[in-house]
Amino acid sequence: MSAAELLRLEEITKRFGTTPVLRGVSLSVNAGEFITLLGGSGCGKTTTLRIIAGLEKADSGRVFIAGEEVTHKPPNERNIPMVFQNYALFPHMNVGENIGYSLKLKKRPKKEIRKAVGEALALVRLSGYEHRRPSELSGGQKQRVAMARAIAGRPQAMLLDEPLGALDLQLRREMQLELKRLQEQLGITFIYITHDQEEALTMSDRIAVMREGLFEQLGSASEIYDRPRTAFVARFVGNANILSGAVVDRKPLPEGGECIVFQHPAGRERLLCPAGASCAKAGPSYEQGQKITLAVRSEYMELSPAGKDSSGEDRGLAATVTGKSFAGGQLRITALLKGGGEVTASRHGIDSPLKIGQAVRVSWKCESHAVPVED
Amino acid sequence: MESRKSAKKAPQKDKPARNGKLTLCGTTFSVLPLYLFTLAFVLAPLIYMFVLSFMQRGGSWGVEMSLSFDNYLRITEPVYLGTFTESIKLALLCTLFVALLGYPFGYFMARLSPLWRQRVMLLLIVPFWTSSLMRLYGWIIFFRANGTLDHALMGIGLTQGPLRLLYSYPAVVTGMVYALLPFMAYSVYASAEKLDRSLVEASRNLGASALRAFFSVSFPLTMPGLFSGIVLTFIPSMGLFFIADILGGSKVVLVGNLIQEQLMRAHDWPFAAALSVCLMALTSIFLFLYSRLTRALGSGGELEGLV
Ligand SMILES: Nc1ncnc2c1ncn2[C@@H]1O[C@H](COP(=O)(O)OP(=O)(O)OP(=O)(O)O)[C@@H](O)[C@H]1O
Ligand SMILES: [Mg+2]
Repeated sequence: MSAAELLRLEEITKRFGTTPVLRGVSLSVNAGEFITLLGGSGCGKTTTLRIIAGLEKADSGRVFIAGEEVTHKPPNERNIPMVFQNYALFPHMNVGENIGYSLKLKKRPKKEIRKAVGEALALVRLSGYEHRRPSELSGGQKQRVAMARAIAGRPQAMLLDEPLGALDLQLRREMQLELKRLQEQLGITFIYITHDQEEALTMSDRIAVMREGLFEQLGSASEIYDRPRTAFVARFVGNANILSGAVVDRKPLPEGGECIVFQHPAGRERLLCPAGASCAKAGPSYEQGQKITLAVRSEYMELSPAGKDSSGEDRGLAATVTGKSFAGGQLRITALLKGGGEVTASRHGIDSPLKIGQAVRVSWKCESHAVPVED
Repeated sequence: MESRKSAKKAPQKDKPARNGKLTLCGTTFSVLPLYLFTLAFVLAPLIYMFVLSFMQRGGSWGVEMSLSFDNYLRITEPVYLGTFTESIKLALLCTLFVALLGYPFGYFMARLSPLWRQRVMLLLIVPFWTSSLMRLYGWIIFFRANGTLDHALMGIGLTQGPLRLLYSYPAVVTGMVYALLPFMAYSVYASAEKLDRSLVEASRNLGASALRAFFSVSFPLTMPGLFSGIVLTFIPSMGLFFIADILGGSKVVLVGNLIQEQLMRAHDWPFAAALSVCLMALTSIFLFLYSRLTRALGSGGELEGLV
């Protein structure tokens, strides 16, 4: 692991005035990895990036780039270009001069710079734009030039602060694919910021979900998505429903793990914790009456008319349908649980036979769809 | 019949006019007072002065209507030509000092926290609340023999006797730099304040040292402020005759002094007018060359709210 490690943060803390902004962030990034910092506004993503770039000083903690400690080095000695959210293209230079800027600082010969600029422009599909001024470019083109400026010096790693944040949805989807292609093609390590969970899930090798200056969970996209560690992560990545209740019964499974019966004020439902799953890791086994919080993604939520299920069992949580909306090819149904709390179920299709005000039974489609999480 | 015809035609004609002529009329009307003002207080006196410059001095205060180029020929006499070159030299020197002092001042003022920025700005403005003549007399007290400066220098043992700095070239330069510094500081500040800090950060991030980042990003992007500061300094420093008068005695004679002398003492209004026309021509040439230069340097020729 450490052989291919390119960047390491050790217990970084930072406060602005009296407000702690980073409260001990540690991270190890391997060469060639695409890692995304995902989190809500003001959680410290940009600050983390700026500390890596040396544009901000950490109060404590250390930063290593390629095995070398750079904690106290000025930004110009770190060779880790950043793509700024507003692109920060130099308005008094044309596109070619912008892209060749870092090479010119290194006093490379003119011919070499021209060649590198041409290559970088070709990579971002803007060949022939050398002589344009930044003010003569569209938003998407500016973004590409900012990318080209960062990759022109062929760095090992790059920092990207919401590079697609200012683009419209359509262009954003296109650029996501293109960025990913570039990153794989050049083998550059990307430290990427976004607050768009879909973007994070489609592009990253690993995702760090940030909350109030801490990494809440760090893992691959599928880990974060399927096995959120905390209720915050579950809610933030994929808008899961959070249900709090208690364990009222448990049975060991023949293949390991256990089957738990979950009691909620609105009813009871079963869930499975197979051996090796994160819920099973949380403890050897659950105790009778132990409090437990579950995260269930909306697409796994099932609403059916109140009453007994097909096998004649009385299960599920009692609720009343409160709303239906159609958006993005999905029907979203909201229901109010008996005793309070709202849940959302989503499914493909335009309409459902359920009516607003109808009493329903809330359950999950498969017993392993409910994931125990920490509060 | 006639009126009916025109009434029918009118609406058709009206439509394009509403987008074109009508709005034009509207803007013409709204700027009319400005035009009148300019005509009455700028253009008319200029024409008057221009015509006057071709006339001859009459009796004690009068003017004779015989038109000739005599006044302009007189300017080419070495005494007067010398005054012009002397004025340009002094103006260039003052501009240089003002730029050297005012640029860093304005640049760093823009980097201060909002509170300190306000305080420093106030310090720049406060002197304008008193008469500039008053402030010049302050400089006299400072420079004169056995004045503040002499006391201080003799106090620390640097000099033995009084330096006699008043009524000298350096005193005039000091007074001019002092008077014009705020204009430079403010116009550089206006430019530096607009400078996007993330551009400087981007340049540092791409490998530039702090000094390199300044010269490749901050300085070019604040040049418009420096340029307009130079214009604001150079042109007045050609004509600030009272500073040369008060701090230079009769030793430093600028075009401004010459004009004043011709007007007030020699009562030769036509010659004074000719001198003024030359001064204006000179500054216009300077402005023209200057806008050419700035355009060539790529700042678009605009002089930050000037010209
Ligand atoms: N220079 C600064 N001075 C004072 N407070 C700051 C400064 N920079 C950031 N902060 C504060 O630090 C916190 C984290 O800021 P940061 O820019 O890292 O957030 P972020 O995660 O990038 O958010 P966003 O998604 O909105 O960009 C915020 O509360 C912000 O107000
Ligand atoms: Mg940010």
